[in-house]
Amino acid sequence: MTQAHRPSHLEQLEAESIHIMREVVAQCEKPVMLYSVGKDSAVMLHLAMKAFYPAKPPFPLLHVDTTWKFREMIEFRDQTAKQLDLDLIVHINEEGVRDGINPFTSGSARHTEVMKTEGLKQALDKYGFDAAFGGARRDEEKSRAKERIFSFRNAQHRWDPKTQRPEIWRAYNARINKGESMRVFPLSNWTELDIWQYIRAENIPIVPLYFAAPRPVVRRDNELIMVDDDRLLLHDGEQPATQMVRFRTLGCYPLTGATESSATTLEEIIAEMLVTTTSERAGRVIDHNQSSSMEKKKQEGYF
Amino acid sequence: MQTPDLTAGNIETYLAEQSAKDMLRFITCGSVDDGKSTLIGRMLYESKLIFDDQLSALEADSKRGGTQNGNVDFALLVDGLAAEREQGITIDVAYRAFTTPKRKFIVADTPGHEQYTRNMATGASTADLAVLLVDATKGILTQTRRHAYIVTLLGIRQLVLAVNKMDLVDNDEATYRDIESEFLDFAREIGADSVTCIPMSALTGCNITEPGKEFPWYKGPCLLQHLETVDVTQNNDDQPARLPVQWVCRPDRTFRGFAGTLVSGTLKRGDRVKVLPSARESSISRIVVHGGDLDQAQAGQAIMVTLDDEIDASRGNVICAADAPVEVADQFEAQVLWMGDEPMLPGRPYMVKLGARTVPAKLAQPKYEVNVNTLEHTAAKTLELNQIGMCNISLDEPLPFTAYAENRDLGGFVIIDRISNATVGMGLINFALRRSSNIHWQALDINKGTRAATKNQQPSVLWFTGLSGSGKSTVANIVEKRLTAMGHHTYLLDGDNVRHGLNRDLGFTDADRVENIRRVAEVSKLMADSGLIVLVSFISPFRAERRMARDMLEQGEFIEVHVDTPLAVCEARDVKGLYAKARAGEIKNFTGIDSDYEAPENAEITINTAEKSPETTAGEIIDHLECTGRLKPA
Repeated sequence: MTQAHRPSHLEQLEAESIHIMREVVAQCEKPVMLYSVGKDSAVMLHLAMKAFYPAKPPFPLLHVDTTWKFREMIEFRDQTAKQLDLDLIVHINEEGVRDGINPFTSGSARHTEVMKTEGLKQALDKYGFDAAFGGARRDEEKSRAKERIFSFRNAQHRWDPKTQRPEIWRAYNARINKGESMRVFPLSNWTELDIWQYIRAENIPIVPLYFAAPRPVVRRDNELIMVDDDRLLLHDGEQPATQMVRFRTLGCYPLTGATESSATTLEEIIAEMLVTTTSERAGRVIDHNQSSSMEKKKQEGYF
Repeated sequence: MQTPDLTAGNIETYLAEQSAKDMLRFITCGSVDDGKSTLIGRMLYESKLIFDDQLSALEADSKRGGTQNGNVDFALLVDGLAAEREQGITIDVAYRAFTTPKRKFIVADTPGHEQYTRNMATGASTADLAVLLVDATKGILTQTRRHAYIVTLLGIRQLVLAVNKMDLVDNDEATYRDIESEFLDFAREIGADSVTCIPMSALTGCNITEPGKEFPWYKGPCLLQHLETVDVTQNNDDQPARLPVQWVCRPDRTFRGFAGTLVSGTLKRGDRVKVLPSARESSISRIVVHGGDLDQAQAGQAIMVTLDDEIDASRGNVICAADAPVEVADQFEAQVLWMGDEPMLPGRPYMVKLGARTVPAKLAQPKYEVNVNTLEHTAAKTLELNQIGMCNISLDEPLPFTAYAENRDLGGFVIIDRISNATVGMGLINFALRRSSNIHWQALDINKGTRAATKNQQPSVLWFTGLSGSGKSTVANIVEKRLTAMGHHTYLLDGDNVRHGLNRDLGFTDADRVENIRRVAEVSKLMADSGLIVLVSFISPFRAERRMARDMLEQGEFIEVHVDTPLAVCEARDVKGLYAKARAGEIKNFTGIDSDYEAPENAEITINTAEKSPETTAGEIIDHLECTGRLKPA
């Protein structure tokens, strides 16, 4: 790409994201990038590599590990950090582990609250990060569609949807007082299709779980749950079966439903996405509890 | 979105088509209940962008909390906050993306209530086009005008007046035409030159994505057709190059890159550039991006450049085409939309973010407030939440800028509260109050603060104004002696003395009097900058020029002393025999005789030498300075 030309919509989105990242680094004292190992994180990290090139991104990656992530995610995470030579902080809520919090007996909502939301707040406090990048997109969910790119959090990490700062032009205001912080969403204006197109155009590595492969699954509460390790206690009559499945979104494996698919290439994934009739978060068990559950979680400090 | 026939072979073609599409960002705005959220919900629905699980959630929500008697309430798709769904209103802007075979769209659904205007402005500030809804049963409302005014103010050139709920007026043409003509009149007044009016019904889906058969009398495009074809390209490429430096990249000693988004123009390797405000020149050495250097960069690209020379440039500097640099100034006239819950306080220090710099700044009392309904300019002492007015603003340091009309990134600023850090206002620069386009500010290591600190005092300008013979110079002379005795560093600029030197070339016409004061004001500013307490003793008969002198100085620095001795007393004294000559017609344009004296309205100090001795009045002035803290160390 050496010749100038009229920017396409992907180039516009890319430029916007890079602008946002540079603004955070210039305005904030101690930023961090939330790296959740999914496809959006992959794109966000790729954009960060571009934004600061030839320097490395001047912030570490933070993964809040609930201890229930797919094994392939953890492998991919460690390999990516090593390959790009980036600092990776892995934080686990040890109190939660001590209390035996897990997706089964604690319930999905409590598990997410303790291991994800509380874990995240612990990590941000522990290291004193004043800004955290997240890969959330506005097209994912209706309360996300309402959130600013620079989303102010008070000292308790709470989001107040009723008093969001006006966000005018590209004049992002990241000023905060001590203890307060910013969550920043450089991919706000990207759609799921944009993400896939960009991964394809830029040849960005992603976790293999996004591609269809024969995997051991059980059907539970109308979701296909992958038996990723022996901690998944099988209910009476449940028998893991090998099926061609893939994941549209990645989270804790017992809470993430797979979809039956034969898509093994990016093109096939995109083709499948275009004819699908459910949104990508449909596979997230935790979102279904009530219609404003995301907003509630975000107010409590969830990303 | 029509689902394409996706076999393995044609997905490549499909993706190629997708990446060739351009993007249009637009907003929906207008008054409460005019159907903005319903319109967006309808467009998403018609574009097949609502997934099954979202639709079933929507159906459930519509039964529980919808406003459509249990039928699908599309507004619930965009009103994403619990408070919005409870109250059935839009509080904050929601962004949704959708695609048609021709274009990609990002639409911001903005709230209609006046109290949420700042959220509406947030959505509008990044839009290329605005769809302004109006309820056909209600016609043009105050909020319709307010939103039209704001989007035009923000420089959105394309405006669509969507006359909604046509089904409720039996699709009547006359109703539509009345609304259209009333709005076009208003649009002309506010300078909105490209307006497209479209009749529709968001609820029934009429004339949204397909031409409505209900309006045989309407020959124009339906909404989506218009959105897909309207030309909104901003030719920022044709403007001179401007690259505001966001971040300096120094991975090692050999590399020094300046990162930023090229906000206008193009940059090529080898181009001569000037870095503002230092005005140092160099050439573009490399345009560095991940994956290989570029030969040329276009407006809108996020790039990093290196320069041929070792030039000091930092965040907030602007790299410009050398032959067309931006101006640098620290005082502007700007249109301000106030967005804080607390009213704007003239004189209070705020932070202003302009380009990539954030500096302390003060706003002067508004020149006027705009009544968005009648477009009248009315006097205002402050701006309250959601009010729009014209203000002078002064920054603590000069910054590179353009007029907003020329460039949004370098002509638009946000105002930030220093305590809460909330964004409390936005401003659009009209022009600089003191142009210094070609004289760039030389950054000096020793500044005003340093100079004042070595003198252990705060700089002030005591501006004595009053008729000839009123006692200005006598009192100023005593005040200066007292200040010197107290250990202060002072200088007295006396009208007669200055006219012997610096202003020898000036007479007494109105124009010369204005220039006389302008020069003295500049000199007193320089002296204040050197840390002195300056006493100016000039008749200075016109309010405007005294105001100008006041505006040049920092808040609190200018202290107007009105020596309010009656004309009769001055004339009776006639120390220099001038009144007699003026009365005899030997002197023309003599203040008080045949030239006006405009008495101050809000002088900090007023003294009357007819009633008190010069020593007493001088004492009053010293007391005032002490009480107001001006004599404390810097």
